[in-house]
Amino acid sequence: MINNREDFSKVRQQAVQDLNSYDCRILVCSGTGCIATGSNKIYDVFKGLVEDCPNISLVFSECGGHDEEKIVGVKKTGCQGFCELGPLVRIQKGEKVVQYVKVQREDCEDIFQRSVLGDEVIDRLLYHKNDHHYTAPDEIPFIAKQTRIVLENCGKFDSESLDEYLAAGGFKALEKAMFEMTPDQVIDEVDASGLRGRGGGGFPAGRKWKQVARQKEKVRYVVCNGDEGDPGAFMDGSVMEGDPFKLIEGMMIAAYAVSAQHGYIYVRAEYPMSVARLRGAIGQLEERGLLGENILGSGFSFHMHINRGAGAFVCGEGSALTASIEGNRGMPRVKPPRTVEKGLWEKPTVLNNVETYANVPKIILQGADWFRSIGTAGSPGCKTFSLTGAIENTGLIEVPMGSTLRQIIFDIGGGLKNGAEFKAVQIGGPSGGCLTEKHLDEPLDFDSVKKFDAIVGSGGMVVMDKNTCMVEVARFFMSFTQRESCGKCIPCREGTKRMLEILERIVNGQGELEDLDKLEELANMIQTMALCGLGKSAPLPVISTLKTFRDEYIEHIVDKKCRAKVCTALRKYVIDPDKCKGCSKCAKNCPVNAISGKVKSPYTIDPNTCIKCGACMDNCAFGAIHIEA
Amino acid sequence: MLDESYYRKTDEIIARYVRDARSLIPIMQDIQAEYRYLPGELLTYVAKEIGITEAKAYSVATFYENFSFEAKGKYVIKVCDGTACHVRHSTPVLEAFWKELGLSKKKHTTDDMLFTVETVSCLGACGLAPTIMVNEQVYPSMSPEKAVALIAELRGNG
Repeated sequence: MINNREDFSKVRQQAVQDLNSYDCRILVCSGTGCIATGSNKIYDVFKGLVEDCPNISLVFSECGGHDEEKIVGVKKTGCQGFCELGPLVRIQKGEKVVQYVKVQREDCEDIFQRSVLGDEVIDRLLYHKNDHHYTAPDEIPFIAKQTRIVLENCGKFDSESLDEYLAAGGFKALEKAMFEMTPDQVIDEVDASGLRGRGGGGFPAGRKWKQVARQKEKVRYVVCNGDEGDPGAFMDGSVMEGDPFKLIEGMMIAAYAVSAQHGYIYVRAEYPMSVARLRGAIGQLEERGLLGENILGSGFSFHMHINRGAGAFVCGEGSALTASIEGNRGMPRVKPPRTVEKGLWEKPTVLNNVETYANVPKIILQGADWFRSIGTAGSPGCKTFSLTGAIENTGLIEVPMGSTLRQIIFDIGGGLKNGAEFKAVQIGGPSGGCLTEKHLDEPLDFDSVKKFDAIVGSGGMVVMDKNTCMVEVARFFMSFTQRESCGKCIPCREGTKRMLEILERIVNGQGELEDLDKLEELANMIQTMALCGLGKSAPLPVISTLKTFRDEYIEHIVDKKCRAKVCTALRKYVIDPDKCKGCSKCAKNCPVNAISGKVKSPYTIDPNTCIKCGACMDNCAFGAIHIEA
Repeated sequence: MLDESYYRKTDEIIARYVRDARSLIPIMQDIQAEYRYLPGELLTYVAKEIGITEAKAYSVATFYENFSFEAKGKYVIKVCDGTACHVRHSTPVLEAFWKELGLSKKKHTTDDMLFTVETVSCLGACGLAPTIMVNEQVYPSMSPEKAVALIAELRGNG
């Protein structure tokens, strides 16, 4: 139990000393991606190797240090970012860090002998690109071109260890706030920094806190939205897993600023690991007296709670989220009153998302001016994005606001997978829109993106190449929002359903030109009349694709053609007479007898009978059957 | 009628929380974690124990996608159909599972109660799309062939 600031600084000194005592640290990435590719097994193998080695003493995350000749630690870190190349392992000796990629179990022994006990770098396990071999993680273009604030600790130390967080300067910001600043000063600093809500809306965080602080009601709550529901987004999950203490520190600073005594983190059901890491973090903080009554003798008391979501996308909306914590159906309510006045249990509530809180500690430590020196005037700071889809380097990134799509997709993301041609990037999830080639050089921030009928949103970025059908993408998002509509207001409940029906007709080749007008009319109606922000933004993917890719809609309707060859109903299976040997296998496999011909001469497919099942193409030994757009 | 042991287990779960409305969701989650579904009798029991109406308990339970009143298979396979997985062709993976297990959009669980196949909007491992989750383990970079192999492997485990 740490009772005062002096003791706390001793604990920190000890933590720094412990951290510096390592001769070598084996940092195994344990983000969701790397665990999926087997990093837990890699961790176990390294642990076994270290344990069995007589010449070294070991330090694992779960036990204390030894005083012997060589100290090696095996650590599980947060997401190192380069998910595509997992399992990722870093070998750290002092300042020197070597990044290994795609490490398999059989590589561990080699790494241990040559890089941990020895000082060799194993070339075959390095990241290679264009004949260049990258040793240190910071040299890899994917990482070198990022600016990391929220993600700065991810991959650098044991995300489950409070001591390592303290050694890296963790909770210095909370200390500064509690002992050197008044609550109002904290709010003013955050306000001056221009930090805007990273959950999508971009509302200034400082202003929100100020509104809560000036309410007459004295019971207040701090709530964190970790219900990262946008498909294609995993930034917040990575922060909760990779640096849980930083999120908690940010929430504690907010709580100090608005005099709240209880905080809630609402984590979506699909993130069991985030829940586990946050629980572990809260447990350690309670044990050490950094959560609870009279923290470090400051007079400030704070308790943290975790709520798990239960699979409702709409709970990402503020009033639905608080309803869910209260134990109700997660449905949004009419505003005003807003959450800052009547939020959780009708009390004034600060509700921000994970990334917003995770930005706070550094703003308090380094000041508003420092934060404003990054990003754009209207949107200071950095933004995390999850880079996915048809891109070479998928993963988790953080860049200054105002970076261009070209920098993100081509410089960091390494361009499109297999050198394919860029078509669009879907940004902001089901509430967002598509940006295209002409937007590649536009700076991205909260305000600029809105001009192109998209939103920064939480930061999911799905890159699409020419093999993606934009009408089908619009249908996909509409089916998502339709399914997730909570059903409370009619515009969203019925409107999304009607829009989805129209889109389904179009991808099935049964659309009519007037459907496009109907889509626009419905979209407009939902946008103006839906109850909550999620409903209002549900038509955005359709509006944005209709504007940018209208010709593709028209092709589907008029020419009954899908140029990306994605829409099954519009495919035309064709037999190439030059390649067909007349073996009759396709005709035998066709379930509807649409293929006819004479043995040893080319067969043909009757397009009117064909049900586009693809059985002929799958079975052709000569590759003679292809799909025509 | 459920066996008495179900109610005793539920008592244990209820004891972890305060007895009011706010505990309804976590209690239901714990029951479901225990039995892989939410038996209706237990929901009625929980409502009475924590002092809310049965109607309210059902209204909440039916609202959230995660709660199921039907028993699920030993292996719950969640096929991710998030945007990133969708554009990296998750649909053929789902269809491969359906075909291999004789399941469909309407039928989610095999008769031997070994497998349940459902879709999920995003597992948060988009970097390795298309992904699936079996119980709580994520499998990366799936393909229809890997899906078939995985079923064989899980069947082998029993």
